[in-house]
Amino acid sequence: MKKIEQKHILIPKHTKLSDKEKADLLKHYNIALSNLPSIVKDDSAVSHLTPKADDIIKIVRKSSTAGQSIFYRVVVDA
Amino acid sequence: MTTKPKDDVAVPGSLLSEVKEANLSDLKEKNVLKALADEYDKMKIKPGESVGLVAAESIGEPSTQMTLNTFHFAGVAEMNITTGLPRIIEVLDGRKNLATPMMDIYLKKPYSQGQDIKKIALSIKETHLQDVSTEISINLADSRIEVFVDDAKLSEIGMSKQVLFSTLKGEVKGLSVDLRKDFISFKVKNKEEGINAIFKMKEKIKTLVIKGIKGISQVLPVKRNNEFIIITAGSNLKKILPMPFVDETRTVSNNIFEIEDVLGIEAARQAIIEEVYKVIENQGLNVDIRHLMLVADTMCASGKIQGVTRYGTVKEKVSVLARASFETPIKHLIEASLYGETDHLKSVVENVMLNQPVPVGTGMIKLVTKEEDTKEEKKAK
Repeated sequence: MKKIEQKHILIPKHTKLSDKEKADLLKHYNIALSNLPSIVKDDSAVSHLTPKADDIIKIVRKSSTAGQSIFYRVVVDA
Repeated sequence: MTTKPKDDVAVPGSLLSEVKEANLSDLKEKNVLKALADEYDKMKIKPGESVGLVAAESIGEPSTQMTLNTFHFAGVAEMNITTGLPRIIEVLDGRKNLATPMMDIYLKKPYSQGQDIKKIALSIKETHLQDVSTEISINLADSRIEVFVDDAKLSEIGMSKQVLFSTLKGEVKGLSVDLRKDFISFKVKNKEEGINAIFKMKEKIKTLVIKGIKGISQVLPVKRNNEFIIITAGSNLKKILPMPFVDETRTVSNNIFEIEDVLGIEAARQAIIEEVYKVIENQGLNVDIRHLMLVADTMCASGKIQGVTRYGTVKEKVSVLARASFETPIKHLIEASLYGETDHLKSVVENVMLNQPVPVGTGMIKLVTKEEDTKEEKKAK
């Protein structure tokens, strides 16, 4: 069931950042975790990544204007 | 003013391939690409630009020209669809109960080519007991309800009497169900129930769901771009997607909350953009899609969909004055004073109210200087 939903055209690609990537990202943009938009832990698009709170999810969206745009969300408990 | 070119500018692939197609020499191509990257970077919105205000104006002005209450048949016979301003308001307010929920169900091959399309469509339609019966009558003498089943209608939805009987047995509680020769009888187990109870029971029995998916009240197979799809009135993505004949990669609902629930917040964001853009396009208006992206991003920032209302995104504002300036000012001000809230005047609206420079554009930048030490401080050092 979960696998089926991952393939839906509306869902962009979600990946979990490693700890190092996470630190690099926060440093690069000079932000804290709370500045990022959030995604709930049991969101059906990320549940297969088994995220914990404070993980960062990288989302590669297809964009009609920019071709591809990268977005980050921080995982929060529902 | 010259801007220093950035090390890495992500230029859309479509532009890159356009340059490649021109077949330039290596050196020329390199220069063109460099100029392209510079130009593309310049076009990006700069920090401090008041994008929210521009988006609000850009969506607001065209929607005043929209014809109010355009309920029309969008190329589909017999189906009512909310479009126009009411639909935009519905989406942006984040309403949970839509006026006309609907789904576009795409099918897998060979069903998408029209095989068994009518059968499939009817099999997902919510069917009540009264739809397949000729008569539902009350037998007062034996205090029971007799349901006469129409065999022709029953076979149309692909059900036998025996199957119907066993589904009914599973559905009803507190009633004994019997399959007689030409009718199905329902009898109240508890003998003491009066006539009133039997009449009430009859109404309940009428609307027993015997087949299909809850909420889908109408089905309509149509041909779109050389394949058959099923358009439904009523929506239930959760139940539809796992069905074996449904193409689970393309089937969508117009209920953004259902999409959020089943496919996640990112899918919901995309759905909001598409739903609003569809309406605007339909009306022959021209709104840049980036404005809608901004609104959708704001609505989905918390991980759950929030409407642009005083209960949704506006509630998230830090400033009391900004919240009060939207709707129900007195309620907000009283609450803020009860809890002793502080307003740090960091945002736009509250600074407009207080006649101060707003933190927008050049107003965002503050000059920090190092103060010269006083004589005492110099001595201390």
